[in-house]
Amino acid sequence: MGEHSDNAYEALTEDNDPRWAFGTGFADPLAGVDTSVPAGVAGEDLAAYCLMLGDDALVMSHRLQQWCTNAPTLEDEVALANIALDLLGQARLLLTRAGAADDRGRTEDHFAYFRDASEFRNVTLVEIENGDFADCVVRLLAFATWRLALLDRLGSSVDPVLAAIAAKSVKELTYHRDYAAQWAIRLGDGTDDSRARMERAIGAVWPLVAELFALSDAERRLADAGVAVDPASLGDEFEAVIATVLGAASLAATSVPVASATAGRDGEHTPALDALLAELQVLARADPEATW
Amino acid sequence: MTRLADPRVVAATVTDPELPQLTLDDLGVLGDVFVDQAGTVVVDLLPTYTGCPAIDAMRDDVVAALRRAGYDDIDVRVQLSPAWSSDRISAAGRRKLAEAWIALPGPAPARVPGAAIPITLRPTARLTCPHCGSADTVEVSRFGATACKSLHCCRECTEPFEHFKAL
Repeated sequence: MGEHSDNAYEALTEDNDPRWAFGTGFADPLAGVDTSVPAGVAGEDLAAYCLMLGDDALVMSHRLQQWCTNAPTLEDEVALANIALDLLGQARLLLTRAGAADDRGRTEDHFAYFRDASEFRNVTLVEIENGDFADCVVRLLAFATWRLALLDRLGSSVDPVLAAIAAKSVKELTYHRDYAAQWAIRLGDGTDDSRARMERAIGAVWPLVAELFALSDAERRLADAGVAVDPASLGDEFEAVIATVLGAASLAATSVPVASATAGRDGEHTPALDALLAELQVLARADPEATW
Repeated sequence: MTRLADPRVVAATVTDPELPQLTLDDLGVLGDVFVDQAGTVVVDLLPTYTGCPAIDAMRDDVVAALRRAGYDDIDVRVQLSPAWSSDRISAAGRRKLAEAWIALPGPAPARVPGAAIPITLRPTARLTCPHCGSADTVEVSRFGATACKSLHCCRECTEPFEHFKAL
């Protein structure tokens, strides 16, 4: 960086330092990994499944990134940004795995920036507006508890790439779940105001939890082949963890999740996702060749 | 013809972009390094976290070091399985972390086969302050300036310090 070292902007934008070549200059996150599809597994189904799990992570990551400059303390700002970064890393691997599985030549950038809302396969839980910090804690608690249970089981998937991504993600999600649980306890067992906000947030978020346990057609076929996990099988673990946390937080127990119909997995979304994608995709769509 | 340096030795000199006191080898981020039958130097890197933004910089630094050592044909691969663990940090790496006043990670959490991953409901890690040695410390945040570190504070000497998280 040399002569520009006293100027942060110039130092960051200097052309010859490859370490700042972010944006669409990203290297393949699965470089060197054998991405052939296991025998007997439909590549289209595997791609659809990786898109579901990757879109959950991408959209949730974006919602968490929106807490930057809005979190209650600097430490929580850093924590939420870290969690968002982990989920973005998981999304990159899963979207790249999706692109390799159906062999249609689509990259992570294509999936993230050049699909419309109806082509996204995330659950509704991750796309709704952020609300207040209690909403953030309750949503993250539900999401991380469910995703940790799911990816822990996917560590035994017959697709070795998905199994490796899942096993790696489990270590990160364990920290995410602990973070949300510890805040749930602090707020639920805190002041009258924090407790009332937690109760309201649970009431707002919980109707979206049932969708997490719904089974799409591609998931059913892949579960039979040993690639995917039927999310209904996660219900007992999810319920036990949530009951433990809410009990420690002196909050009333929630109902047992019963799988609803699929919605986000079929491309049915709320208007909140359109607004989110407009923000996420605007630069890449305005200038598809951009690197930054 | 001059004999080139062992590519493993060359790659092992590359330092981590975020913890420059340590090499990628100290951190256990450097996996296998070998020359395949076609003469390509193959280097495996194990990312610490899936979203680690430093992995591209690490790849560039490894390629640059091998180029300087006279190698042209280099293939840096991502290795996801087995996943990186803080247990891979070498004895030299742990010594360098301690010298940088970063509290060392305990053993990575062991899994009980067939059991769900236990949840931690309250901050539990009682670390020894790397500045004054006091055990009277608190966890400020599980997430620090980089994904691999948490933030703590000593109540004895009031200094903040970082802890390399067990993963």
